[in-house]
Amino acid sequence: MKKLTELKKVVSNPYAYVRKYKKQSGKKVVGYFCSYAPEELIWAAGALPLRMFGTSENIHLADTHLQSYCCSLVRGILEEALANRLDFLDGVVFPHTCDSFQRLSDIWRLNITGQFHIDVVLPVKLDTPSAKRYLYDVLEKFRKDLGDALGVKITDKMLAKSIKTYNKIRRLIATLYELRSKNPQILSGADFHAIIKAAMIMDRDYFLEALSEIVGQLKKAKPAKATGGAKRLVISGSVCSHPDIYDIIENSGGVVVGDDLCTGYRYFEGIMDEKKPPLKAITKRYLDRIICPAKHFQLKERGENLIRTVKKSKADGVVFLLLKFCDPHAFDYPYIKEMLEAKKIPCLLLDMEAELPPVGQLQTRFETFVQIL
Amino acid sequence: MKKSISDFLKMVLIFLAGKFKKFTMRFKKSKTMKDYMMVYYSDAKSARLTGRKVAWITSGGPVEPLIAMNVIPIYPENHGAMIGASKMGGSLCEKAEAMGYSADLCSYARSDISCATINGGPIGGLPKPDMLVCCNNICGTVLKWYEVQARYFNVPLFILDTPFCHTEYTNEAAKYVRAQFDEYIVFLEKVCKKKFDFERLKEVGHLSHQGQLLWQAVLDTATNKPSPMSAFDAFYHLALIVTLRGTQDVIDYYTQLVAYMKNRIARGIGAVPNEKYRLLWDNIPIWHRTRWLSEKFAAHNACLVADTYTTAWCGALKYIDENRFLDSAAEAHARIYLNIGIDEMAKMVLEMIDKYDVDGFVLHSNRSCKPYSFGQLDIQRIVEKERGIPCLMLEADMTDERSFSESQISTRIDAFMEIIKERKNK
Ligand code: SF4
Ligand code: SF4
Repeated sequence: MKKLTELKKVVSNPYAYVRKYKKQSGKKVVGYFCSYAPEELIWAAGALPLRMFGTSENIHLADTHLQSYCCSLVRGILEEALANRLDFLDGVVFPHTCDSFQRLSDIWRLNITGQFHIDVVLPVKLDTPSAKRYLYDVLEKFRKDLGDALGVKITDKMLAKSIKTYNKIRRLIATLYELRSKNPQILSGADFHAIIKAAMIMDRDYFLEALSEIVGQLKKAKPAKATGGAKRLVISGSVCSHPDIYDIIENSGGVVVGDDLCTGYRYFEGIMDEKKPPLKAITKRYLDRIICPAKHFQLKERGENLIRTVKKSKADGVVFLLLKFCDPHAFDYPYIKEMLEAKKIPCLLLDMEAELPPVGQLQTRFETFVQIL
Repeated sequence: MKKSISDFLKMVLIFLAGKFKKFTMRFKKSKTMKDYMMVYYSDAKSARLTGRKVAWITSGGPVEPLIAMNVIPIYPENHGAMIGASKMGGSLCEKAEAMGYSADLCSYARSDISCATINGGPIGGLPKPDMLVCCNNICGTVLKWYEVQARYFNVPLFILDTPFCHTEYTNEAAKYVRAQFDEYIVFLEKVCKKKFDFERLKEVGHLSHQGQLLWQAVLDTATNKPSPMSAFDAFYHLALIVTLRGTQDVIDYYTQLVAYMKNRIARGIGAVPNEKYRLLWDNIPIWHRTRWLSEKFAAHNACLVADTYTTAWCGALKYIDENRFLDSAAEAHARIYLNIGIDEMAKMVLEMIDKYDVDGFVLHSNRSCKPYSFGQLDIQRIVEKERGIPCLMLEADMTDERSFSESQISTRIDAFMEIIKERKNK
């Protein structure tokens, strides 16, 4: 598939893509940091929203701003900026999530110059009327701040158009999830991961075209022969910036059929109502989407959602990929594990630093886990 | 087996007498900190018998409405400090780790979570809550921690969400926080099954304000040279403004304390006998090593005259207007020290450096507390640039004594003090 190869190339070197894209299109590029960033507004304003993934290599500049007990995601992103590898950014948007990101925003604002900086201080709880109202107010303020920074007036019409594009992308991704869940062999985990990542990098109109083509082809593809009883797994965690994980899982006799990741389902889930006033529709989507552990919605919502995901994707077990020093996820793990165990769903915890544990070691752990399923 | 109340009181007494012997000697003629804390914890422990409700609340949460409703507020963080001071943090944290909680989480949270399941710790556990009140103006940790406890105790949880003020307190945030104060009152009426008494709130608000002003007056005495008190005294005396804010007791106690400090000033008595160097402390105390650290610095004739931590309980005074208690409380709670950008924090640090005329800045890089510690390196740089005073960063944990290397920290303090001495004697 030509389009898939193209996407994979972009994902392997996003900065090269963005630099070239910027030159050709003349568009501005706005960096954002987590799936709570309302990127629909950035795209509506005519700028390219670019998700920051950071680096796991050779971190030393960030050490002069962040102590050793900060998660590798935050450190890796700061490293990229301090090393001047993000000089193509016209601005950044920090949505409020965890304590570490909160401070990263301050450190960034004080040390990285030459770009605009907007904090979108979302509510932390999402289940009360005043929080809903506040979220709407914050997005309205963001619309204005962003428009001022980019020198455009972001109209309802522009928002409506962006909503349509995002809805189409999200529907297609949902289809892709379904196709893979039914027939995991049609697309390798690593390729799947690349498609998802491309969605956070590429020109969204072009990505939409490429994605429809890929999904169209996959729909037509004859179901490949099932490779003898691979165990179906759901992964849960913050971000998965290690595409190799999918290969390792597949080589261990498993296959990923669903997820609860910030760079996965939590990013895509939720269609916006195209009949509602656009900002209301966007607000509603951020209120209703699957929550991340840095937000509050009832007391057991995340556990229940994970069980629903396991059921829906007919998974045999859950793998927690937790980044070391990530507080929100570490607090939720014990209760979710308990809920899974009560439902007799086996789970495996992998604590990760910036670098993956050696492949051999990982593979053994997965194999052992897959065998008990 | 449930511990009887008298057993419990004995434990509180032993705890307070043992841990703070040095300080409890001070007010021989009037009520001591020990007396106040005894009454407070015994009231709390006997709440079931007296029919009063108990609320667990975060240290930065609005306690005044609870007091107005005759609810007993309990501060797990204060309990965490006690656990740290009695060097029980390590073993309680280990228990939490065995329950599946990562060793990298805040040690207050870890020790509280495990303590609740075994009624352990220095005072045999905290009285069970009827409700939880969590204000996230200090961190995101408390949100997760209180969720854990709300599931465990199966009691209602109220979250006061105070949007972070990176550069400003926006109108949107102001509206949101203010609305939540109304929701808070409705929540209390529901849990307590009675009408809220706004007249009483006025009185409590007044007492709370007075208490904070007096706490500021206590801390202000440290501007004197020699300083009559050190930050280590502040860490100890802080307990009342944290736990009993909004009551007359706080006012009585701090009125005495101010007089006591002024008397020391008049007689030229300093907290450190030969005070030559004055230092500023940043972050939560290392509770399991306060005595050791205080002696360590004193041996260098250095007094930690002030700190950013205890100042937080009077740092938002400028926003408080008693006549508009709820409106101003909303703003004061959203703009406390830990809920603002690091540039604004640095500004406050610089003000303190000038006000207390300090020679050096000691920063506790606290593994437990990410919102307090991340950004410290930038604050340190700002201080070095703007005031040119030496800075020292010590890596430790406030409650978990397992991550403390005494020899290493001792050497670093010695080296730091050499720099300070050289600079000052030039
Ligand atoms: S949520 Fe976790 S992984 Fe994400 S930035 Fe915060 S600490 Fe790091
Ligand atoms: S020590 Fe820090 S992380 Fe822990 S509860 Fe206090 S403010 Fe939150």
